[in-house]
Amino acid sequence: MQENLTNVPIMAELFANGESPEVLFWVGCAGSFDDRAKKITGAFVRILNSIGVRFAVLGTEESCTGDPARRAGNEFLFQMLAQNNIAVMNGYGIKKIVTTCPHCFNILKNEYPALGGEYEVLHHTAFLQQMIDEGRLKVEGGAFAGKRITYHDSCYLGRANDIYEAPRNVLIQLDAQLAEMKSCKSRGLCCGAGGAQMWKEAEHGNKEINIERTEQALEVNPDIIASACPFCNTMMTDGVKMKEKEEGVKVFDVAELVAMANGLFA
Amino acid sequence: MEIVLQVLFAVVFGVSFYLAGRKFVAIRRNILLGRKESLTDQPARRWKHMVLFALGQKKMFRKPLPAVLHLFIYVSFVIVNLELIEIAIDGVTGNHRTFAPYLGGFYTFVISLIETLSALALVATLVFLWRRNVLKVKRFTQPELKGWPFKDANFILGMELILVTAILTMNGADYRLQQLGAAHYVDTGTLLVGQFTSQLFMHMGTASLEHVERIAWWVHILGILFFLNYIPYSKHLHIILAFPNAYYTRFAVAGKMENMPVIANEVKSMLDPSAAITEIPDPPKTFGAKDVTDLTWKHLLDAYACTECGRCTAACPANITGKQLSPRKIMMDTRDRLEEVGRNFDKHGAITDDGKSLFGDYITAEEIRACTTCNACVEECPVGIQPLSIILELRRYAVMEQSNAPNEWNMMFNNMENNQAPWQFNPGDRVNWKNEI
Repeated sequence: MQENLTNVPIMAELFANGESPEVLFWVGCAGSFDDRAKKITGAFVRILNSIGVRFAVLGTEESCTGDPARRAGNEFLFQMLAQNNIAVMNGYGIKKIVTTCPHCFNILKNEYPALGGEYEVLHHTAFLQQMIDEGRLKVEGGAFAGKRITYHDSCYLGRANDIYEAPRNVLIQLDAQLAEMKSCKSRGLCCGAGGAQMWKEAEHGNKEINIERTEQALEVNPDIIASACPFCNTMMTDGVKMKEKEEGVKVFDVAELVAMANGLFA
Repeated sequence: MEIVLQVLFAVVFGVSFYLAGRKFVAIRRNILLGRKESLTDQPARRWKHMVLFALGQKKMFRKPLPAVLHLFIYVSFVIVNLELIEIAIDGVTGNHRTFAPYLGGFYTFVISLIETLSALALVATLVFLWRRNVLKVKRFTQPELKGWPFKDANFILGMELILVTAILTMNGADYRLQQLGAAHYVDTGTLLVGQFTSQLFMHMGTASLEHVERIAWWVHILGILFFLNYIPYSKHLHIILAFPNAYYTRFAVAGKMENMPVIANEVKSMLDPSAAITEIPDPPKTFGAKDVTDLTWKHLLDAYACTECGRCTAACPANITGKQLSPRKIMMDTRDRLEEVGRNFDKHGAITDDGKSLFGDYITAEEIRACTTCNACVEECPVGIQPLSIILELRRYAVMEQSNAPNEWNMMFNNMENNQAPWQFNPGDRVNWKNEI
């Protein structure tokens, strides 16, 4: 079974063979192109393969959801990208989507329906929790026993969609010690990347937002900062580096932690 | 003399309600200068939401100490104003405590309750003054509160001090007058607080006590009538508008941005010229919002409902890290500009171009660009205001009507258009990651 862990079925090929996947894995731009985020994509694919989830990706037929354009104010560009994506997915008869990016999750779930794109959309942390609840995924405790993990809430999961517990419920399976930051859940402080801030310098101020948030995380003396968003991951990783704490504190996605716990990385 | 006072009372009472009513009608007119937005579905759920968030102040309890103190002032305000019914009848008829003989023990209970709440409100008001002026809690001393808003807040607290002091003085003197068996001062039973405050007047004779009681009574009622007229010009308007603002809340999850059907249609027919298009009734005159009239009435109701507490700004990541953006300022600017547009309307009988606009003259591009759309401001607001929604409408105007975006965003737009990703990668390489995992 181990040799199939990196199997990535492409939707067009499945469709040509008359097959349909259980779920479409929406990889997102960060997960496709960003070196750090690609590791999250890899971890999630390994988990899916290890428990035999029949998934597919759109591959080169996937485009940006349009989220950064819409949040920046460019509705035209958003509409072009979104309507193309919906045409592709409706063409394949997609019913269910899972994604490792909260921004993709939010826009696919809440904003695509108005344009005719109605799907059941899950964030990967909710999907992992579902797999655990159904008994399909067993997370091996032990690897993280004695480690201290603090979870950084993504705004687009938390306040935007009221998803606070799913990522924590998955992390609980790791037998680690979970420590909450002073601002957590609905009070969680943004990493600084949302609303298309990722692609521009911050406005003039006296501090970077990711440094403020990293300081809050470091206050609880974690071994690991867990994130559930590729952009949060980048911001927190940079923050830890700026604070020169990268030796002792690592930033991992929830999916990466599960994959590591289950020995899915070679 | 008696009859003169009765007539004077009736006139002052009537004129006060008339003037306040006129201002409230003007505010309603201003709010309705906004664009349409449909928020009347699910009435049962709306009532429940209003009971929980406006009446029940659910969000206030995210900060327990201010919430409890605020509750003292709020409950005492509501209950004290019930007594306004009796005061109005007394004022016009020249009676004293008209209801006392009819209600008996229940009257004693109600007045004792009012006194107790007034005493608690007095404590809360003093703590609030201390927090603003001595402790200087950060959110009460930020730039947008300089000048009038800071004075407004202190003035309201000062007014509250005067009102509750008047009530306690009035009842204390009254109670003492009852003990002395003064004519006209009917038996109220033993007043919970009055029995103690009456001790302050032990040295006074009936005549002076009557003066004290009458002056306190007049200060109280004139204070309330003045307050009624002050409220619509002040941040204190939230005591009324928190209710409709909660009722007309947007139930969609906070992460959802509203669709722009006009643009959706345009893009749809561009991608597929044969596509069936549903006409949009009443299309907006601009993409996004340049001025308050480009916002919807709910945005404008939000602005009037804001009490400038600054919980939004205290939670805003951009503001915390020293950027210009303050969600509270967005709301205050929207209200100030709307008042200006309203005054213009009054002058000319219609909306006229005064060469000014919300975006540009009140709110700058630098402010709205700093937003991370994290929804912290929305989450914190005790009365359900959504500053983020206004920020995003202004961004739409800046980018689509003015091409007013930072260079990096223009590069991002180009990449998304040409490479279907915000970075400059070859779209053909999108799935190369599968060979790297």
